Amino acid sequence: MSLAAEAPLVVRSRPGVLALLAGVLLVGLTLSVMVGTVPVGPGQMLRALAGTGAAEDPAVAIVREIRLPRAVLAGLVGACLALAGLGFQAISRNPLADPSVLGVSSGASFGVVVAMLIGLAGSSGHPALVTLFAFGGAVLAAVVVYAVARLDGRLPVTTLLLSGVIIGLFFNSCVMLVTALLASNELQAVVFWLMGNLAPVGAGPLTILGLTLTAGALTLVRQAVRMNVLALGEEQALQLGVEAERVKRVVFVAASLLTGASVAAAGSIGFVGLIIPHAARLLLGPDNRTLVPATGLLGAAFLVLADLVARRVAAPMEIPVGVITAFCGAPLFVYLLRTRRGGEPL
Amino acid sequence: MSLVELQDVTFRYRTGPGVQDITFPIEAGEFLGIVGPNSAGKSTLLRLLSKVVVPARGRILVAGQDLAATSRLHLARLVAVVPQEFQAAFPFRVAEVVLMGRFPHAAGGPWAGPRDQAVARAALEATDLAALAGRRLDELSGGERQLVSIARALAQEAPILLLDEPTAHLDLRHQVAVLDVLLAHHRRVRGVTILISHDLNLAAEHCDRILLLARGRIQALGRPEEVITPGLLEAAYGCPVAVAADPLSGRPRVQGLLGRRESSAVTS
Repeated sequence: MSLAAEAPLVVRSRPGVLALLAGVLLVGLTLSVMVGTVPVGPGQMLRALAGTGAAEDPAVAIVREIRLPRAVLAGLVGACLALAGLGFQAISRNPLADPSVLGVSSGASFGVVVAMLIGLAGSSGHPALVTLFAFGGAVLAAVVVYAVARLDGRLPVTTLLLSGVIIGLFFNSCVMLVTALLASNELQAVVFWLMGNLAPVGAGPLTILGLTLTAGALTLVRQAVRMNVLALGEEQALQLGVEAERVKRVVFVAASLLTGASVAAAGSIGFVGLIIPHAARLLLGPDNRTLVPATGLLGAAFLVLADLVARRVAAPMEIPVGVITAFCGAPLFVYLLRTRRGGEPL
Repeated sequence: MSLVELQDVTFRYRTGPGVQDITFPIEAGEFLGIVGPNSAGKSTLLRLLSKVVVPARGRILVAGQDLAATSRLHLARLVAVVPQEFQAAFPFRVAEVVLMGRFPHAAGGPWAGPRDQAVARAALEATDLAALAGRRLDELSGGERQLVSIARALAQEAPILLLDEPTAHLDLRHQVAVLDVLLAHHRRVRGVTILISHDLNLAAEHCDRILLLARGRIQALGRPEEVITPGLLEAAYGCPVAVAADPLSGRPRVQGLLGRRESSAVTS
């Protein structure tokens, strides 16, 4: 009953699958740039990427000013949200955890509207400050959710979900309260942003988002093996030499930061952090060492394509992209909730 | 030098009982059984020895090193634990779980090296799990999962192995399989194996020494025939028992007596 001596027990990584996901992302970005009210040809797209011809060809200008920034924003936000979901799932050892389900997105939204209220957002503010406020709101909400859900050092799925829903509702009310206090000329922008809005945000916010994604993804890559061991339970992780509390803290901060940055840039877009890690796990298994890059790529591709659908499905009207993600995510959530096994610490 | 030594160890949970004034050494090569009634402090002892909790008073020495000054990672190379319940939150495969046992050795890099692979493969073969290496943990039976848990602990290559009721809830075939694996491992490594069991007969049959624990204190520590006696067991468990010699091994066998106020030692 012996295995072939050379064959490794576990396939190290799946460069093929990762390349495939990168290809899907590239196709998504290309489609997102070419498809729209004004169709864009490959030549125009390449000219736009090369930075020439914007003056004579309006289509090239559209790509450079609108479509490409929007596609990049969607990709960055999708990757951030998916990785945040993966992080929250690893530390709560629960595949149902997600920034929107846990109420963390609502907390981040609260942080953003507070920044708006005190005049830090918009043209006069700095995107880094808004991100910082969103991060603060995300951490606040997540800390409260975990504190409420914790029973005897455990995080049972029922209390975690309930406390996430309640804290989320609470922070949504806080958002409404602050929104009501905002000047009416700011109101429309806030409402669109709250619905989840991938309108181009400018180079500054994109840079902040990109830096946060890089830092968050690298943190998760560094913690990936420990996140794997954590799946055996905290006591087992300690007995295998993993400082469980420290890993949870680090991943918690990274996931909150990723949530905050994406909410600051694009408002509240739900369920991405639920759908994508689940799909990536189906493709590649639960090993976080491959799951982290796969989740990032798949999350980016998913939101780019979801945004394309949101723009085109009722054209010329545009529906919020959060509607598309929720239509995909809610049924999956129900499925995961109904199919969990009896004794599993979901 | 003792491989494991507890010196006057006291620990108390915020809400419940713990253990008090525990002092005893364990020599290399010893197979120690820990028995005692529910909430006697058996699992607490394992959690103290694996530094999941730290003593309020006293010290624990493992291979001559004070646990308080030993890093978790280093300790995981000395002490491996098989918990009462073993499951993963996500659908990991058997080989992946067993390779997690290499974490304390491979902490430098994210991927297991050839030696880690070899050790994990040996652990899978020692537990007769090679054919299940690619299966998902959540698809296995309770007995198979317990063997995976043991394989993961063996992959840690620690001289000290702690087991918390490894045969509870297992059918006879898997009980035998688990014990076979443990005894073979113990003979090979000659380290320390500590086995918590509610099955007094199993402990009496296989352990070199038995520690009887009740209400957080040591009631007795000695060879099975010194500890598995009606007097000590009745005091610890509060119920009448009969003890006889096993016809095959000569080791003591216990039976709880129903409907009797008084105990008797029966010899067969």
